[in-house]
Amino acid sequence: MSIDSNLDQASNKLTIAVDGRFDFSAHKDFRDSYEALEAKPEKFSIDMGGANYIDSSALGMLLLLRDHAGGDQADVEIVNCSSDVKKILTISNFDQLFSIH
Amino acid sequence: MESSIRVLVADDNAVDRKILTTIVRKAGYKVTDAVDGNDALVKYHADKPDLVLLDALMPGKDGFQVAEEIKEACGDEFTPIIFLTSLTDASELARCLEAGGDDFLTKPYNQIILKAKLHALSRMREMHQTVQSQRDEISKHHMQLVADQQAAKAVFDNVAHSRQLECDYIRHMLSPMSVFNGDVLLASITPAKQLCLLLGDFTGHGLAAAIGAMPLADAFYGMTAKGFSLPEILKECNQKLGSVLPSGYFCCAVAVNIDFNRCTVEYWNGGVPTAYLRRSANDQVVPLQSMNLPLGILGPDKFKDETLVIEGFPDDRLFFATDGVIEARNSSQEYFGSERLEKIVQESPPEQLFDAIQGAVYEYMNGRDDDITMVEIKLVTPDEVDELSQPSSPESDSGPRDWKLTYELGPDSLRAFNPLPMLQQILMQAPYLRKKATEIYTVLAELYSNGLEHGVLGLDSNLKKSVEGFAEYYQARASALESVEGFVRFEIAGCCKDGIVDLLIRVIDSGKGFDFKKVAKAETVSKNQYHGRGVRLLNDLCQAIEFVEPGNEVLVTMQWSDNSE
Repeated sequence: MSIDSNLDQASNKLTIAVDGRFDFSAHKDFRDSYEALEAKPEKFSIDMGGANYIDSSALGMLLLLRDHAGGDQADVEIVNCSSDVKKILTISNFDQLFSIH
Repeated sequence: MESSIRVLVADDNAVDRKILTTIVRKAGYKVTDAVDGNDALVKYHADKPDLVLLDALMPGKDGFQVAEEIKEACGDEFTPIIFLTSLTDASELARCLEAGGDDFLTKPYNQIILKAKLHALSRMREMHQTVQSQRDEISKHHMQLVADQQAAKAVFDNVAHSRQLECDYIRHMLSPMSVFNGDVLLASITPAKQLCLLLGDFTGHGLAAAIGAMPLADAFYGMTAKGFSLPEILKECNQKLGSVLPSGYFCCAVAVNIDFNRCTVEYWNGGVPTAYLRRSANDQVVPLQSMNLPLGILGPDKFKDETLVIEGFPDDRLFFATDGVIEARNSSQEYFGSERLEKIVQESPPEQLFDAIQGAVYEYMNGRDDDITMVEIKLVTPDEVDELSQPSSPESDSGPRDWKLTYELGPDSLRAFNPLPMLQQILMQAPYLRKKATEIYTVLAELYSNGLEHGVLGLDSNLKKSVEGFAEYYQARASALESVEGFVRFEIAGCCKDGIVDLLIRVIDSGKGFDFKKVAKAETVSKNQYHGRGVRLLNDLCQAIEFVEPGNEVLVTMQWSDNSE
């Protein structure tokens, strides 16, 4: 598991890339990736390209990020999901909270 | 400087002993001396010294024997032993350490080295004591933790897993680890003798996952016992969890309400893998997909409590499980998957469905199945369902004995309010009505849904003749409710006199009425229709049913003798 984040200044968008198993062990790194920033970015993008597994505590982390990003006003997208990851997001109907590509 | 560390010096040579005790005392230790091996053991047991200086060769028991006995006697404690010896042979010196010595010092004594060794070994002893007390502390905490977990599990089991599950038509398997993985299975028979069951799976593991089960069970059992509808129960559970769970924690849940009289399955799925209804007649499988976000995420204004109603047939089977089944992994870390599950649901003989799934998962995981919770419900006839046991009332002669009430619901109430739990609660104030609680609730529910759906909303119950029409009916009901106009009025009178209880329930709706003579006739002919079961049910439960022209008013009489008088 590893978490990489990159802030694009031009679009003020923070991309957080998750690699490997996205579960509770990623908790601290994932939070740090957005809480450590001085200013809150306008947009957030979670890149699941490298994630092969996601569990319910990871879903909880996504909710925390969404709250941090402004709750219902948050602009958070989840991109590059593998079919396994997408299935779990779909069962939980997270497409009602995030734009999932 | 005077240290509190006590040193035992054992040497049979008086001069050597004198020199040693002087050096050790000067180094700041308290000293006891012994003249030979036996004396050393006596003094050891009497004084419990912290350090021992032991001459290797002594009359009686020699130093090696004494060292062995001391090491055995001190058990977990660390009492360092320094051998004093004039031996120089390497193997003899090694023997000192093998016998339990921690160091040795060769004669003649070098004062500086002796002091240094004493200091070094007392440091080691202190370190050992620290480690020891930390170990004791940890083991105490661990014991406490295990005891707490056992107590928590007992509470959790009582709260989260109802005895209602122990019946012939429900089969379930609860992960033995459920207290730590946050799975809950709640079941309750409602006042209308319907089965309400909720399978939940909290985020995360451990205490955080288990703790949410308490408020969930509380809300669920409180609401089901009062006869609230499934959407109302879910709304309450969602709100309760939303207010107690920290952000990022939630509960995936699937809930069903089974009406055995109508043979319908009402369900809601938020975040639990697709559940299945396996038809008994044609082996068709109806998937009950997750259409909602889990409980505890959305606020009350955004929460979607819409349930779906599908029609069932006797011996149909409902199966649902937490994600433990599809996420079960084999030794190559591959998932069991929903396709594999669906194939079993599709192909296994219905009566072996549960065992087939359980067996397949067990085999797939090579004998482990400790993280799975699953349940199967068979649709049975109403007489196979045990009634809700009503608390018997010792004060049978208390409560209102002759009373009337009128209760009218206008459009806004009809749209969003369920009057049944409240009416039931008022009626149950009369102790003599309590033993017929289920029948009364069922009659109220039938009359209300007839008045609302066929009267006020003007829905045609013939729609329910076919499976497709059945779904259509419930859609039509929902959309008609949006713009509902009119009223439903209850007029209820009860009395208990000379041991005879009379309950009169009149329901009047604002609808056009219907040709009740025709329906009453048809009722007796077609016993197996899905629709119109309501009126037959009323016939069974009431002494008399009287429709009033033009059919928008019905009066039922329930009467029985109250033996407790």
